[in-house]
Amino acid sequence: MDITQEGTILEKKELATNIYEMKLYAPKIAGAVHAGQFMLLMVDEKGERVPMTIVDWDKVRGWIDIVYQEVGTTTIKLTGLKDGEKLFYVAGPLGKPSRVGKFGKVVVIGGGVGVPAIYPIARALKLQGNYVVSIIGAKTSNALVFEDRMKEVSDELIVTTDDGTRGLKGFTSDALRELLSRGRRFDAMWSVGPTLMMKACSDVAAGNIPNSFASLNSLMVCGVGMCGACRVTIKDKILLTCVDGPEFISYDVNWKELAIRLKSYMREETVSLEMLRGAGKL
Amino acid sequence: MSKVGKRVQIRTRLASDRVKDFNEVELPISEEEAIKEASRDIKYCVAPCMNRGCPVNVEIPTMLKLVSQGKIKDAYESLITRTPVPSITGRVCQQEIQCEGSCVLDKLGEPIAIGAIEKFVGDWALENGIEIGVSSQRKGKSVAVVGSGPAGIVVASELQRAGYDVTIFEAFHEPGGVLTYGIPEFRLPKRIVRKEFEKLKNVGVELELGSVIGTTYTVDELLKNFNAVFLGVGAGRPMFLNVPGENYANIYTANEFLTRVNLMKSYKFPEYDTPLHIGRKVAVIGAGNTAMDAARSALRLGAETYIIYRRGRAEMTGRAVEVHHAEEEGVKFMFYSSPSEFLAADGVDVSGIKIMKMKPGEPDRTGRPRPVPTGETVEFDVDMVITAIGFYPNPLIPGTTPTLKTDDHGRVVVDLEGRTSIKGVYAGGDIVTGESTVIEAMGWGRRVAKTIDKDLLRV
Ligand SMILES: Cc1cc2nc3c(=O)[nH]c(=O)nc-3n(C[C@H](O)[C@H](O)[C@H](O)COP(=O)(O)OP(=O)(O)OC[C@H]3O[C@@H](n4cnc5c(N)ncnc54)[C@H](O)[C@@H]3O)c2cc1C
Ligand SMILES: Cc1cc2nc3c(=O)[nH]c(=O)nc-3n(C[C@H](O)[C@H](O)[C@H](O)COP(=O)(O)OP(=O)(O)OC[C@H]3O[C@@H](n4cnc5c(N)ncnc54)[C@H](O)[C@@H]3O)c2cc1C
Ligand code: SF4
Ligand code: SF4
Ligand code: FES
Repeated sequence: MDITQEGTILEKKELATNIYEMKLYAPKIAGAVHAGQFMLLMVDEKGERVPMTIVDWDKVRGWIDIVYQEVGTTTIKLTGLKDGEKLFYVAGPLGKPSRVGKFGKVVVIGGGVGVPAIYPIARALKLQGNYVVSIIGAKTSNALVFEDRMKEVSDELIVTTDDGTRGLKGFTSDALRELLSRGRRFDAMWSVGPTLMMKACSDVAAGNIPNSFASLNSLMVCGVGMCGACRVTIKDKILLTCVDGPEFISYDVNWKELAIRLKSYMREETVSLEMLRGAGKL
Repeated sequence: MSKVGKRVQIRTRLASDRVKDFNEVELPISEEEAIKEASRDIKYCVAPCMNRGCPVNVEIPTMLKLVSQGKIKDAYESLITRTPVPSITGRVCQQEIQCEGSCVLDKLGEPIAIGAIEKFVGDWALENGIEIGVSSQRKGKSVAVVGSGPAGIVVASELQRAGYDVTIFEAFHEPGGVLTYGIPEFRLPKRIVRKEFEKLKNVGVELELGSVIGTTYTVDELLKNFNAVFLGVGAGRPMFLNVPGENYANIYTANEFLTRVNLMKSYKFPEYDTPLHIGRKVAVIGAGNTAMDAARSALRLGAETYIIYRRGRAEMTGRAVEVHHAEEEGVKFMFYSSPSEFLAADGVDVSGIKIMKMKPGEPDRTGRPRPVPTGETVEFDVDMVITAIGFYPNPLIPGTTPTLKTDDHGRVVVDLEGRTSIKGVYAGGDIVTGESTVIEAMGWGRRVAKTIDKDLLRV
């Protein structure tokens, strides 16, 4: 395997139905990344520029890990690639590092592929000496990933599934509400996951947890602050998720607008998928 | 004015044909036409075109003389001492206010078609595989160029030619800056930009794509590995109108729209993966080069397209010929109109604009009448909006390099020769001047390349 090229796939494995972990040879990115940052990739010359959180890395060996959920054209194409193949383009790390520091008691919340994404943040918080309570959730037990790894970096770990097939039945925000109602207090909170989940957690935390950070998943094109695709309104100011974020104070986020902008390309995404299907690639 | 002869006619494809595709609008002039046009040049002219008009002082009389003698290769050699990419500058310079605008024949008849000739010479060199010469004496010193737009291209080309080892760091997957992601194919075919980079690579310039300086490597890290660092990162951060409803779906900034179309080839979706909403009725806000490019691209995607501008016709800032082409192609203009709110009937997709009618007021700083609101508003139905109201300097490097001095507009502060507040770090182009032009950015590139050469000789 020629692993001298940035963007070579070292290993791909299926973690759960439709969720894959991919190890990439990317020494430039690995050498510079901090918890909370992401990268951009293009599968091939005609591909889309797609952002992925960097969930793990090794600066010495020069690899990074991403975890993706197969949802559309790019992620399906990714699954079609074999170990040893090279992505057309990788760039990063991008975005500002997470504002991890010594807060005291913290709660970190991940949902779906947001669990791997919050893992490096939880790990960094733990390293800083915080008491880390983690809440991780998925639709169902088969879709839950990174439970073991989250356990390693958490002082307490709570698991939720929407259907109750593993851990508590309900949403991560329900588990958070439950903790708070039992009188548990936190100095800071982080959440990564679907927009609705992050908003729900933020609403529950409001008035209870002084610092709350959410890592937003706006649609992106450039990733370097020049196109405005990823714009979000933070406290009445338009900011760019890719360079001013992706992490923002959750209480300041205009969630409704973020949800609207995420819906921009529903029609086109279906067309693109159908074409992939038509080409017999599915 | 029979003595000065008639200017060569620059033909374009028929408007009705060209709106159907993204192929180049202007047709090339032939060698005979170039020779004939160059022969119109006046002997013993003091050449204000070169001294006052062209920001990089292309030796226009020399170039014209060589072309008139049919010595195209020599004309190219002369050109590239000032603009390393004549096939590009010939196409995108604002000639009517630069070289051609200062041509003495502008007053006596019609200015020499300097741009068309320059483009002819540049294209000729590309077709005939003429390489740029480099000094065989290498200096054993290296320079990092950050950003591959016009400013970076010039610094890389000049310093590599002078014997330095240059590496260009570019964040995107294709080099060229605005030339690649901003200016559309129908004005500047991308194969030309790509060929110019091939030439740079052929003379040894290294190109590292996907390197975001500030995060992949910091400026300090570059300084440890290179003798000098040039920042040519442009003015990419889009400005917003800051009116209600600006973030509804299908409201694009021109940069996003043009990046999707030019860089990501969304106009070929779904063959290319990047999607693009295609409106039936599109409003473009603004009237500069960016607005014209966005409007004419939207038109080519099949939309009925309107330019909405808060000032009057005479105050538009785009290249005159592009405005003319846009009108020929069917872009409609609404002057003295300024959006005060965007509307979305379903709460998601933009469906209309509330427009404040304006009127000319007292002259502002730029000497143009300041647009003042009349208080009268109208509603205008659209299903897509593109805002093209300007850019801030790219914030990435200033944001990650605390010791780099910037002014209150976020522009990198340099001395007259392009030195920043950090020793060994230089800057030029839009990151220093704010949004400007290709040739101004190249002018900065030339100036800074000289400074770097001078400074590195000393150490
Ligand atoms: C900073 C950042 C980090 C991210 N990290 C990860 C990650 O670690 N793992 C991962 O799987 N995904 C991550 N994403 C989302 C990821 O970029 C998208 O899932 C990806 O673009 C899908 O591409 P596609 O072509 O496969 O699907 P598309 O055809 O583009 O989309 C398919 C479906 O996914 C939805 N979708 C697309 N993009 C997003 C998005 N940004 N947020 C929510 N829904 C979206 C669409 O609405 C559509 O329903 C991240 C996004 C951002 C902005
Ligand atoms: C749509 C449009 C049309 C235009 N039309 C004309 C025209 O017809 N004529 C004219 O004269 N001018 C025109 N202009 C203006 C002209 O293009 C710019 O003034 C010129 O490109 C500026 O050159 P530059 O080298 O300073 O920066 P840019 O061309 O902006 O290049 C900067 C490069 O740096 C890269 N970069 C940024 N940050 C980083 C980083 N941290 N690390 C690595 N790389 C980075 C960017 O990706 C980009 O490639 C137009 C501008 C636009 C947007
Ligand atoms: S570089 Fe531009 S301004 Fe200068 S002569 Fe050429 S076309 Fe004219
Ligand atoms: S000003 Fe016009 S006539 Fe004079 S040298 Fe320049 S191009 Fe020729
Ligand atoms: S993705 Fe282009 S500005 Fe953020």
